[in-house]
Amino acid sequence: MSDETNKGLLSPLRRKLLMGMAAIPAVTMLPRASFAQAPATSAVNTTGLAVTDTEVTVGILHSATGTMAISETGSIEAEKLAIEQINAAGGVLGRKIKFIQEDGASDWPTFAEKAKKLLVNDKVAAIMGCWTSASRKAVLPVVEQYNGMLYYPTFYEGLEQSKNVIYTGQEATQQILAGLNWIAKEKGAKSFFFIGSDYIWPRTSNKIARKHVENVLKGKVVGEEYYPLGNTQFNSVINKIKLTKPDVIFTDVVGGSNVAFYKQLKAAGIDLSKQALLTISVTEDEIDGIGGENIAGAYACMKYFQSLDNANNKAFVPAFKKMWGEKTVIGDVTQAAYLGPWLWKLTVEKAGSFDVDKIAAASPGVEFKGAPEGYVRIHENHHLWSKTRVGRAKLDGQFELIYETADLVEPDPFPKGYQ
Amino acid sequence: MTDNRFVNRSELIGILVLAVFLVVVLPLTLDVFRLNLVAKYLTYAFVALGLVICWGYGGILSLGQGVFFGLGGYCMAMFLKLEASSVENTKIQSTPGIPDFMDWNQITALPLFWKPFNSLTFTIAAIILVPGIFALIIGTAMFKRRVGGTYFAIITQAVAAILTILIVGQQGYTGGINGMTDLRTLKGWDIRPDHAKVVLYFFEVGCLFVCIMIAQFVRHSKLGRILVAMREKEDRVRFSGYSVANFKIFAFCIAAVFAAIGGAMFALNVGFMSPSFVGIVPSIEMVIYTAVGGRLSILGAIYGTLLVNFAKTSLSETFPELWLFGLGGLFIAVVLAFPNGLAGIWGDYVQPRIDRLISSRKPKPEGWTDGSVADGAPAE
Repeated sequence: MSDETNKGLLSPLRRKLLMGMAAIPAVTMLPRASFAQAPATSAVNTTGLAVTDTEVTVGILHSATGTMAISETGSIEAEKLAIEQINAAGGVLGRKIKFIQEDGASDWPTFAEKAKKLLVNDKVAAIMGCWTSASRKAVLPVVEQYNGMLYYPTFYEGLEQSKNVIYTGQEATQQILAGLNWIAKEKGAKSFFFIGSDYIWPRTSNKIARKHVENVLKGKVVGEEYYPLGNTQFNSVINKIKLTKPDVIFTDVVGGSNVAFYKQLKAAGIDLSKQALLTISVTEDEIDGIGGENIAGAYACMKYFQSLDNANNKAFVPAFKKMWGEKTVIGDVTQAAYLGPWLWKLTVEKAGSFDVDKIAAASPGVEFKGAPEGYVRIHENHHLWSKTRVGRAKLDGQFELIYETADLVEPDPFPKGYQ
Repeated sequence: MTDNRFVNRSELIGILVLAVFLVVVLPLTLDVFRLNLVAKYLTYAFVALGLVICWGYGGILSLGQGVFFGLGGYCMAMFLKLEASSVENTKIQSTPGIPDFMDWNQITALPLFWKPFNSLTFTIAAIILVPGIFALIIGTAMFKRRVGGTYFAIITQAVAAILTILIVGQQGYTGGINGMTDLRTLKGWDIRPDHAKVVLYFFEVGCLFVCIMIAQFVRHSKLGRILVAMREKEDRVRFSGYSVANFKIFAFCIAAVFAAIGGAMFALNVGFMSPSFVGIVPSIEMVIYTAVGGRLSILGAIYGTLLVNFAKTSLSETFPELWLFGLGGLFIAVVLAFPNGLAGIWGDYVQPRIDRLISSRKPKPEGWTDGSVADGAPAE
């Protein structure tokens, strides 16, 4: 939109410049100067994307409004930070990244509509976006049809792989198996109770966890319960937990339900310093709402915690807080969202082109050494090789790192023996 | 009062103007992406049209039209999903040949109630009949017991909530909260490319005009007059010997069928269906479209739907973080300043000026339009 108004202002301006003799050298020199640094647009953009000699446009597509805004705001902030840092470091192939932000409004069809708008109208070179599986499922046919590139940050259920998507979060086996192995070994856990929100991600994750518990760990699942999204009554399941006395409560309850769940757990006298609880859905963002005192002692299994002690993270956390305020917290998905623009930049530079086909082909093997979680690499299946970590929630809402895998865990979106 | 004429002159002009706007102006000025968005907006116009009859004329406020929109949409989506789930398209699944979300939920055979949706004829019949019969059941249960007004509105909301929970809960059979995505072809014809979107747009506009004509017919028939009479003084109509309940059931069923056709069009044009169109919030939004357009005006409802959705899209594109405030402000402004909506603005300000203009040229003005008497009736 602002582009059109700019053009309207520029053309009379340009005419005036051309009329003045003094301006001629300046007009001819300017483009040459920028050409000297960056490869010609015609060479790096053969499919009509929004790439000029000085700028390249990408889309940011998350929910800034609606129920998911509380989770997705962190992703928006991380992506904007990454774009700002990349621009400060010289941009991509000599071009500054400009972003167009669209609001998915926590509504899956809106996500599809906006994705289409970004690809068809704005011709963005890549989209950083989506959060819930439902929004990704809605956007997927659009990016495949119009041959776009989506960088998707959330840990998710797997069973998906697309030329047009890079999954910067963990798929289910990557996230879950190492955590279960750890808790079985460390706590001698044999019996598990599963509690989840009722949609595809918890159901698939629990299916994988159940197969692993029963077939690999030779343990037992003593209960498996699902509650609708937004549910706030967990008393009946808490009674069942008290009756079955599982070694581990394994939860993938999402969103606002977590607040009720942990408060009721505490009120029912279940002490998380004695009763092991492993969650794969609570990050620092959720603890903000739950309250550290209600969840302290619980274990979380994912790939990033704000408290990670490495050089990249020590630079990332202050930069994030400087841009978005001292009080912000950084969860697993926020960090994964931060990877999106960086991985795209690295891939574009490897491919030497903004063309989506070339980026899709060049993605496998791209390494990002500056990731706050530590070194990551893109697998042939467009997911990331990354470490899995277990953290323990503290009173101040941060996690204390308890365990991390020695090596990067291979992403396996179609796990054999777990389906 | 001529009962056999169901479109008077000024209405005919209005319908022709709308036709030119939708068939000529929009396709010529918009690119395919925006045209497809208009097609999406127009699917809600079907619902708004139904609400004009049911709420505007019959005085029955239904806050659950999303239920019927959803039922129609899901019927269509089931057919399209089955076609998209051919064995070769789904060979990476554990059970090829069934929709992907069933496979994710460990369902190994197509459920019985899905099987008839392999047939397009059955699907089209189901789009009309399933919501129609459902509305008949709800309507009979409510209106025969003389449940009306606020209580009826609340019950329709409850139905919307129940259906959403049912769809989300039974994700193995319905796709759960994700809905049914990645719909591809209709009888082998790809519905995704640009030229297909244009064809679907014109098809939808055609259906919309058929529904407009039906609405016009209902409005000008004796039935329409009874509906208005019922809205204004229900007891008097009952004492005159009419079965009030039957007329209400009829209006509610018509609104339901219109909504269902809109839902089916939505699945075709947008390429997916999800429970986010079934619940309370979308149902209320649909009532807002009608209110903005003017609940007494058939054409107003269509313009209202287009205006609200256009505002929604453009505000959210321009102000991704603040657009909801803008939209909220728009609703409040319209309701405060123009209680009869767009049609009210037209009727109060624009129409009289045009009439004056015409009558100043032609010294002998023609008789007042028949419909305006009923239309002008103030709502309490």
